[in-house]
Amino acid sequence: MAELTYRQAVARGIAQEMDRDPTVYFIGEDVAAAGGVFKTTEGLQDRFGPERVRDTPISEEAITGAVMGAAMNGLRPIAEIMFSDFFATCWDIVANQIAKARYMTDGQITLPLVIRAANGGGARFGAQHSQAMENWAMAIPGLKVVAPSNAHDVVGLLAASVRDDDPVVFLEQKSLYASRQEVPEGEIVGELGKAAVVREGADITVVALAAMVPRALEAAETLAGEGIDVEVVDLRSLVPLDVTTVLNSVVKTSRMVTVEENPRLCGWGAEVTSIVTEEAFYDLDAPTLRITTPHIPLPSADTLEDLAMPSAETIASELRRVGNG
Amino acid sequence: MPEPRTILNENGELLADSPLDLETIQNLYESMVIARTYDHKASAMQRQGRLATYAQFEGQEACQIGSVAPLEPRDWVAATYRDAAAMWAHGYPWVNLVLGRTGDERGGQAPEGVNVLPPSITVGGHMIHAVGLAWAEQLKGTGAVALTLFGDGATSEGDFHEAMNFAGVYTLPVVFFCQNNGWAISMPRDRQTAAETIASKGAGYGVPGVLVDGNDLLAVFAATAEAVDRARNGGGATLIEALTYRMGPHTTTDDPGRYGHTAAVGMWAERDPLERVRRYLERNGRWDADWEAGIEDHAHEIVEAAVAEAEALPPLSSDEIFEAMFAEPTTQLREQQRLARGERAHD
Repeated sequence: MAELTYRQAVARGIAQEMDRDPTVYFIGEDVAAAGGVFKTTEGLQDRFGPERVRDTPISEEAITGAVMGAAMNGLRPIAEIMFSDFFATCWDIVANQIAKARYMTDGQITLPLVIRAANGGGARFGAQHSQAMENWAMAIPGLKVVAPSNAHDVVGLLAASVRDDDPVVFLEQKSLYASRQEVPEGEIVGELGKAAVVREGADITVVALAAMVPRALEAAETLAGEGIDVEVVDLRSLVPLDVTTVLNSVVKTSRMVTVEENPRLCGWGAEVTSIVTEEAFYDLDAPTLRITTPHIPLPSADTLEDLAMPSAETIASELRRVGNG
Repeated sequence: MPEPRTILNENGELLADSPLDLETIQNLYESMVIARTYDHKASAMQRQGRLATYAQFEGQEACQIGSVAPLEPRDWVAATYRDAAAMWAHGYPWVNLVLGRTGDERGGQAPEGVNVLPPSITVGGHMIHAVGLAWAEQLKGTGAVALTLFGDGATSEGDFHEAMNFAGVYTLPVVFFCQNNGWAISMPRDRQTAAETIASKGAGYGVPGVLVDGNDLLAVFAATAEAVDRARNGGGATLIEALTYRMGPHTTTDDPGRYGHTAAVGMWAERDPLERVRRYLERNGRWDADWEAGIEDHAHEIVEAAVAEAEALPPLSSDEIFEAMFAEPTTQLREQQRLARGERAHD
């Protein structure tokens, strides 16, 4: 077993799938010769050549539109959008074209493509390069939305996304790129729509995604010393959403808190909370609680960004309010 | 304004050698007659409440039949809601085009082996799909090309810029075919872009730009055939601007009398793309009233049969709106499907 960073896991996941399937191609801005602006795709061009790993002009519409065309024509392409904020420049292609092609052809057109992007805050990139946009994607019928929290899942969920026959928006949380984890050698293939109970506990269920998972785990450790036993569920994908794992946990703990990085309005936590109140209302012993970033663009100043995003400390203090009584 | 390339003038006289023999021209003329018959039928059906909004292509038959004619079956067509004639000419059935205008998603399915995308309802996205299709063909080394049809208004979309730039940078086998019909709904061509011609925009991408008389079947065919040939042989993309005119409203919801569109209709009617081919065939002893009556009867039969087939199809069930979302419906979709059937979401 070797230690792998979340960053290295991206290249490993892509390489695993390119090795296995000659129809997998990868394109994006500065992804090939430069190895990606976040160095997530280093070595791929050397290994697979400039035809399969291709640098593109600064053209998000053309990148996403071209992988759509190629996916209709026998390829299984992966595209990179450098910062997930830039989905806004190609949202017509993603939301109006890619997401709707299968539906508008009554199932005939299949788009086995993945669009990866560096998502979220915590890296001081400011309002236009730090957005957590998982909710934009989740709001569009026809897209799958995946957001791993650790290096092992990056490899496994990337593989599952490439092998999936539907378009997947794959969001890497950029503040996690340097995080490390022991990851076994050999092929790793995850499953979309399968949440993970990453810490078992009896008192409160915390449902989190991506960078909020390690923060929730840290908060849980703090509270363990105070006699509050927190269970942490890592959703891993928003579409499909693993409601069963969440409900099973809530039935066990009778309390639920969601921790979202995205701005508050219409966040995924509202959807999960709605499902839990519909399905498990009488199992709850306390009102549910959503912890989110306020409904603001993320500041770039480090102290303000830290203040805006849910931290382990704020999560712990909110969990104390929910309590275990 | 540079002169567009013309081979067959308005009187049906050749100004240069014909790229096609007379028999082929007769066949393409018949295709234009079938296309116009469909166009009139679809407009009438819309007024009868049998079709949703319809976008007529009358006046653009030479653009659509002539640009598809040089293609092989393995080549691709990516076109718009106004390009039914081009889609049909490359194998997309009339019945699907009728279904599409009734809102039936089955109309969006091309038959196996027919390389035609469903009609793009947004005006520019499909130009980039053509780039992607062509990219895949280049990688597979097949020699197949992609033809994309779009209007003058679409060249103001960012999609046009990015598609042309990609095609230029990667030397992709794409033919960009702009039907400049003078209008983008109510916006005239001279207010769409300050460029003298749309063809000149190719220079900015290192892509040759060609200006052609869009109501001249032979010139459209020749220009597209040359572009297809270049693309097939590794020479990359071409931008063709075909000058034509939208003889009707933008769609059946539009009133073109409000914005000065109708003044030029009479002048363009004299340049009718069918009429000049008819004159040419007549000059060469390949046209008479009996032959015309025969192909018109045949056209009506084809179109009426397609309409009857489309209208006889049982309507889609409510389940269809859930089944086609993903390869495998998600748990949430299954629950919403049960609710739509009037059942409980959960057992």
